[in-house]
Amino acid sequence: MTWSWEVFFEVIPIIFKGMWITLGLTIACYLFAVVFGFFWLLLDRVPLKAFRWMIKWTTEFIRSTPPLVQLFFIFYAWPMVPVVGVSLNPFTAAILGLGIHFSTYLSEVYRSGIEAVDKGQWEAATALNLSTQQKWLKVILPQAIPPTIPMLGNYLIIMFKEVPLASTIGVVAMLHLANDYGAQYYKYVEPLTVVALFFLLLSYPSALLIKKLEMKFNRRFDKKYITES
Amino acid sequence: MDSIIEISLVLLKGIKVTLIVLFFSIIFSTVIALVAGLSRSSSNLLLNKFTGFYVEIFRGTSLIVQLFWFSYALPGLFNIHLGSDIWAGILAISLNYGAYMSEIVRGSIAAVAPGQTEASIALNMSKFQRMRMVILPQAVRMMLPEYGNYLIQILKATSLVSLIGLTDILYYGDIYRSTHLSEAPIVYLLVLIFYFILALPLIAFTRKMEKVSKKGVAHG
Repeated sequence: MTWSWEVFFEVIPIIFKGMWITLGLTIACYLFAVVFGFFWLLLDRVPLKAFRWMIKWTTEFIRSTPPLVQLFFIFYAWPMVPVVGVSLNPFTAAILGLGIHFSTYLSEVYRSGIEAVDKGQWEAATALNLSTQQKWLKVILPQAIPPTIPMLGNYLIIMFKEVPLASTIGVVAMLHLANDYGAQYYKYVEPLTVVALFFLLLSYPSALLIKKLEMKFNRRFDKKYITES
Repeated sequence: MDSIIEISLVLLKGIKVTLIVLFFSIIFSTVIALVAGLSRSSSNLLLNKFTGFYVEIFRGTSLIVQLFWFSYALPGLFNIHLGSDIWAGILAISLNYGAYMSEIVRGSIAAVAPGQTEASIALNMSKFQRMRMVILPQAVRMMLPEYGNYLIQILKATSLVSLIGLTDILYYGDIYRSTHLSEAPIVYLLVLIFYFILALPLIAFTRKMEKVSKKGVAHG
């Protein structure tokens, strides 16, 4: 098996078709995780200690076990669960699996943002007799959310690189197309290299963009953080 | 209840491979991270750029793609045979996480207050002494909590090696599931629990290190 430029150029359009699915799936998973992350945060505010303790270990469990196994659980095992089990198509299973996995990370990001809001802001809001809703919408969240934006962006890039896991349950995206091509012609080198190149082409510029954002936000919001380089 | 014990016994067969991959990946990626992180902090431009290239390549592409690349493409393209697939798996995970962790090393070294470097120059320390006796002891403390987090990531990543045919925990789980379809929920739940048990010491380590890195550091 040697490198062939002919095959290389032949697979580029094939893989390119899969790129849209990879991108679409990334965004779908990410949106799910962004919303579901808030859900963990809300559950963590339930005034019942045992319940919060349970939530804490549930998120810890989800965070520290492999997303691949979680995907398999949702795709292969969920339909077999009595009463609540339903069959899911690979795309939905991937959104649920990766979405839930990453939501536990995002909820930590939100928490760090909220905790970073100065204590005096809470006290001032109380002193000004703001309602709970006003306090959150007008004082806390506007300060808590912007500094977390670079971190949220980083997770989007990480998510993008985890999405090829979905090929294992049959989502036909870049990696799946490459493996199919490899199995058909017994040529793995070129298609896999093309997939790697596509990932690099998409994620490297986004990473640079996030870095820029980060510096901008650091200058604007917090003098305590030292900008790198 | 019987099936839980039966499945656990099947999964136990895979724990050896998972632990071997985990152990070697942690050792190699730590070494790679230290070397790459120091190279990126170096003033030697060639070394710095070359390491930067490596780090961006491995951070920019997905681990699972790298894993397939090492297992399918490497033997064919360069006629490099790593002996068995287990080394392809360890190599891919180590190079990938080595690249990620080198950024912590670089970041922590950069975060040591510049006054420390200046003071050690004033004390007439050599470059090597400065790094070994002043900068690194302070930087390592800062690295530890993030390092612990990456150890958990590496554990999670080891489950991918079942995709290139290694017989780890997940592999045995899949085999069992394919013959006992209706027991799939218990099988995967047990696989998850197995991984969680393996992760517990790493979680404890991370928590401990968070405390260690905060101890005696002035906040403000």
